Amino acid sequence: MKRLLVVVVALSVVLFSGAAFAADTIKIGVPGAHSGDLASYGLPSLNAAKLVVADINAKGGILGKKVEIVPEDDVCKPEVAANVGTKLVSEKVNVVMGHICSGATKAALNIYKDAKIITMSPSATNVDLTKSGEYPNFFRTISPDDAQANLQVVFAQKKLKVKKVAVIHDKGDYGKGLAEFAKADFEKMGIKVVLFEGITPGAVDYSAVVQKIKRSGADAVVYGGYHPEAAKIVSGMRKKKMKTIFISDDGVRDDTFIKVAGKYAEGVYATGPIDTTKNPLAIAAIEQHKKVYGTEPGAFYLNAYAATECLLQGIEKAKSTDYAAIAKSLRSNWFQTPLGKISFDAKGDAKGIGFAVYQVKNGKYVEIGK
Amino acid sequence: MDYFLELFFGGLTRGSIYALIALGYTMVYGIIQLINFAHGEIYMIGAFTALVVASALSLLGMNGLSLLMLSGVIAMIYSAAYGFTMEKIAYKPLRDAQRLSPLISAIGMSIFLQNYVLLAQTSDFVSFPALIEEFPFMESVTIMRSSELVIVVTTAVATTLLTLFIKFTRMGKAMRAVAQDKTMAMLLGVNVNRVISATFIIGSALAAVGGVLISSHIGQINFYIGFIAGIKAFTAAVLGGIGSIPGAVIGGLVLGWTESFATGYVSSDYEDVFAFGLLVFILIFRPAGILGKTTSEKV
Repeated sequence: MKRLLVVVVALSVVLFSGAAFAADTIKIGVPGAHSGDLASYGLPSLNAAKLVVADINAKGGILGKKVEIVPEDDVCKPEVAANVGTKLVSEKVNVVMGHICSGATKAALNIYKDAKIITMSPSATNVDLTKSGEYPNFFRTISPDDAQANLQVVFAQKKLKVKKVAVIHDKGDYGKGLAEFAKADFEKMGIKVVLFEGITPGAVDYSAVVQKIKRSGADAVVYGGYHPEAAKIVSGMRKKKMKTIFISDDGVRDDTFIKVAGKYAEGVYATGPIDTTKNPLAIAAIEQHKKVYGTEPGAFYLNAYAATECLLQGIEKAKSTDYAAIAKSLRSNWFQTPLGKISFDAKGDAKGIGFAVYQVKNGKYVEIGK
Repeated sequence: MDYFLELFFGGLTRGSIYALIALGYTMVYGIIQLINFAHGEIYMIGAFTALVVASALSLLGMNGLSLLMLSGVIAMIYSAAYGFTMEKIAYKPLRDAQRLSPLISAIGMSIFLQNYVLLAQTSDFVSFPALIEEFPFMESVTIMRSSELVIVVTTAVATTLLTLFIKFTRMGKAMRAVAQDKTMAMLLGVNVNRVISATFIIGSALAAVGGVLISSHIGQINFYIGFIAGIKAFTAAVLGGIGSIPGAVIGGLVLGWTESFATGYVSSDYEDVFAFGLLVFILIFRPAGILGKTTSEKV
């Protein structure tokens, strides 16, 4: 008899909750590349969303409602993404966690903007998505392409007080891209870029470039590229007894650089991603993925995990699914995520994620500021 | 003016290294008309040998000039052995084959040696000790560093010795004879095999000298350094007139200066554009290179 009672109670709970589920849920659209060449960029984000939502639903949902995921495949193509956007709007999703590729995100963003839906991408790094100010509904949990250069420039100006800089790069996509962003940022701040040059990677030596830096009278060199060339330039400068500050990027924030440049590496600054591997939330999120899916999570997994959490916590803290309320909540609250403690600035870029400045001290890179 | 002189000496240093490697290219070409694409790898092996030897010897407490000399000499011997063996394995069996066959063999040798060092050592850049110490008398000189001085002087001495060797010794005479006409030299009793081996040994030893000096100057090496240095030295040899020994030196220096001044006064973005532009320009007016002799095709 007692057993029967338990079964009845259990059944009724299931039935009632099922009814509640159908009637009123918070819908989160998860568009991205779920098939095709770039599926490996999109699927980890979908997995992350599923895990976060399952956790939240197990705890009773938010605002007393269950959360429902509406996945849509945009195969990272802008033309498909626009259709996906229209479809999600007609499904009446409350928020969107996506898209994955910058081009697809841009194509769908106007549709969400008109429908007043908050959109948060875990992976779209195109600078204009936030900086142009055209998309007040857009947020992201990844640093824009120019974040590293931006940090270098702000650091050089505020902490190092440089007046004249030489910007050198290795002509590669990565190095040259960063160098161009850095140059533009320096010029915006009124710092004179006295030298802007590309060098040939692998050349026998860079003594001529070092001479040129010396003659330019720059206080600091900002180098975009990788560590072998950086080591040659730094050693060349120090052997010539030049004390010019050397600032570089993640390509140089590598222990090989210190090993090769030896004592000449001391004092070199380099930007690099903030370390999340020791964050307990990140460790837990990765363990969860391994337990549920049996594999290591792929690209942008933690970013998507953080984005989904921010969106849902944002709704909870706003106590509403209203567009303006969520936007305000995202900009004014700090959220604990696997990427660390984050919030969002006026343009939608995340604060607290991305890059930090490191400096070589006693043969080791030490984080000295964010 | 200081700036000009600094660029001048920078270019001279770089050009000297190109010249040391170019000598090997040009000697081998002069004797067996082979472009030895694996020559850059010999230079790289020289640098690695010196690194290993210098690390071991500095553990024993040796330093300064004696360390540079000893590791340099061992690197030369080691590289010479590689050059000698390379010729026996990869080129000698193909001596009577079509001209393309040894060329392909040379490219294969180059790939083999690169990967051999990659596997035997490491794929990373490794730090190379500064074997050339700062001389006290160079303290007040700002336009040039001690290591640059050593590189330039060594190149000058090595080139002079090589020229004297070719002009005045029996082996040198035999080399010239083989370069002029291999069959005739053989008929007159010149041991062609020995001459060819000697050429490879001398060229390889010179490349090793270049490798040790520049690595010590720059402070880092990896398995791939021979490729770019080799291409540049080959360009220098062609620029100066391949087959000609003073031509290799002039070609190396011209190339080094062009690169240095192009970077200094125009932009390092166009360093290679200027270097290869100059090559094209010279080859238009002197198809055989600066000091090359135009020979009529033998039928």
